[in-house]
Amino acid sequence: MSDQPMVLADRVSKSFGTNRVLRSISLKVDPGEVLCIVGPSGSGKSTFLRCINHLDRVDAGRLSVEGQLVGYREKAGKLYELKPKEAAYQRRDIGMVFQRFNLFPHLTALENIILAPMKVKGTSKADASAKALELMDRVGLADKANEYPAHLSGGQQQRVAIARALAMEPKLMLFDEPTSALDPELVGEVLDVMKELARSGMTMIVVTHEMGFAREVANSLVFMDGGVVVESGNPREVLTNPQHERTKAFLSKVL
Amino acid sequence: MTPRDPGRTGAAEAEPLAAGQEGEAIKAIPLRHPWRNLAAVILVLMLAVFIIDAAQREDYGWADVGKYIFDKRISAAALVTLQLTVYAMVIAIVLGLVLAIMRLSPNPVLKSIAWLYIWIFRGTPVYVQLVFWGIMALIYPVITIGIPFTTPWISIPNGVFTNLFITAVIGLGLNEASYMSEIVRAGLLAVDRGQEEASRALAMSWGQTMRYVVVPQAMRVIIPPTGNEIISMLKTTSLVAAIPLSIDLYGVSRGISAVTFTPVPLLIVASLWYLLFTSILMVGQYFIEKRFSRGSGQRRAAKPSSFAGVGTTAAVTEAPTGNEPGGKG
Ligand SMILES: Nc1ncnc2c1ncn2[C@@H]1O[C@H](COP(=O)(O)OP(=O)(O)OP(=O)(O)O)[C@@H](O)[C@H]1O
Ligand SMILES: [Mg+2]
Repeated sequence: MSDQPMVLADRVSKSFGTNRVLRSISLKVDPGEVLCIVGPSGSGKSTFLRCINHLDRVDAGRLSVEGQLVGYREKAGKLYELKPKEAAYQRRDIGMVFQRFNLFPHLTALENIILAPMKVKGTSKADASAKALELMDRVGLADKANEYPAHLSGGQQQRVAIARALAMEPKLMLFDEPTSALDPELVGEVLDVMKELARSGMTMIVVTHEMGFAREVANSLVFMDGGVVVESGNPREVLTNPQHERTKAFLSKVL
Repeated sequence: MTPRDPGRTGAAEAEPLAAGQEGEAIKAIPLRHPWRNLAAVILVLMLAVFIIDAAQREDYGWADVGKYIFDKRISAAALVTLQLTVYAMVIAIVLGLVLAIMRLSPNPVLKSIAWLYIWIFRGTPVYVQLVFWGIMALIYPVITIGIPFTTPWISIPNGVFTNLFITAVIGLGLNEASYMSEIVRAGLLAVDRGQEEASRALAMSWGQTMRYVVVPQAMRVIIPPTGNEIISMLKTTSLVAAIPLSIDLYGVSRGISAVTFTPVPLLIVASLWYLLFTSILMVGQYFIEKRFSRGSGQRRAAKPSSFAGVGTTAAVTEAPTGNEPGGKG
């Protein structure tokens, strides 16, 4: 089991109409690994994350999570599309955190966190709430359980969103630019939570522009541009000594 | 202020304010609005004259108004009007939701059918539709079940459209569904797409996403115009005379006045009952709106929309979603 990669992408491609957004992406993420994806806007980073979660479907190649094909079932050499229920079942083990938080505004922080465990896993309200309070404590928001999202700062909202994803006890966490929508002084508190999560052994794929975070926390770094993986490797090496012109050009802009 | 500006020496010479000293309080004479005041006086006078005149006029038959306002036949008819409203709105809301989801579905056939339905039912007068439903029992005297164009397995007399009350409910409900579907659709579309995405990423099914995430948020947008539709439906029930059904509030008032030859007092009686119901609905709408603005509208909760039920939609849809980036909370 443990020698199986958490995420394996083998020549994954994806188009929106004639726009080829992902072109033959291949990469591997092992359990416990933290992978950072960087790249310019429109390079397909979000799309790749969404494909891992089957919020978008891939057109070509094979994408699997824990050895299971995402969104399809292979039988006798043929691929069958999964029913919505089966696709939803696959997502139970994958948490996702969005750039714009996407908390449910009509629910309190606590209600945001307990909704999916109760409705999807059938956890009792008492158990889900106890677990949620633990998670809120872990992200440093123990006193905000009954606040509505509108009453929380951006950094607090994002930490609730992380707790909400963790409440489903995922094996893999996807972060799509989790700090890009935050005021600079709020970035640190979210990154701290993510660092703690990485230390606890969570497998994470993080799309980010925070090079400091990538350098400190990531085991590997991928630079994407125009839907292809231009360069990948150890984050310190890629960041200090990029091999490709495009990587150099991008890093000179963000560093 | 600047030394190069000799004309402004007065300002330049002004002493800077001593610390702690407050600026002089403004004691300006407020702007007068003579025309506004005059118009108000004239309107009040006209209203007073009208009331005094109406109180004395024979035709209003105030004694008859008092006599019939609590007449058993009238209150029973008022109940029928309420029932028509409730049943028709239930049909309209359920069917409206179905039509709205059909219109948002990626399936072009479902989309077109919903569009066609709305096109027809919104594009023809409800009065004409009601006349149509009234003669439906003549067009389809029997209902048959079986394979088309062969001998039917079962044939039953059309009991649905010979019952005029049911006919009225169906006629009103099917018409209203086309309006409700547009209201529901607008509500569903007003919910940020990120909400559905976040819900699906949490492994919730489409149904759960709709029920726990999208619809509750859409409600804030759907409820105010739905309240208006209910109020409007209550009044539209008076058109069931087209079917012809005459056991509703307006129908019974007309029936009584045809015998007593006192149309005006009975119209007043009917109007008072309609007004009573619509007033109650407006108050209810006010409280339900407040309830559904929970969470998102918190920062504005101090100023809930007025229960007049007019123009509240804009205020509600503009309410912050709580998802704005950047710690504005
Ligand atoms: N649902 C969609 N329909 C059509 N085109 C899409 C869709 N989603 C993304 N795209 C296109 O795919 C390309 C890649 O988008 P993507 O969001 O993956 O980029 P990104 O690397 O995440 O950029 P950013 O840093 O701005 O978030 C863009 O050209 C975008 O216009
Ligand atoms: Mg993106």
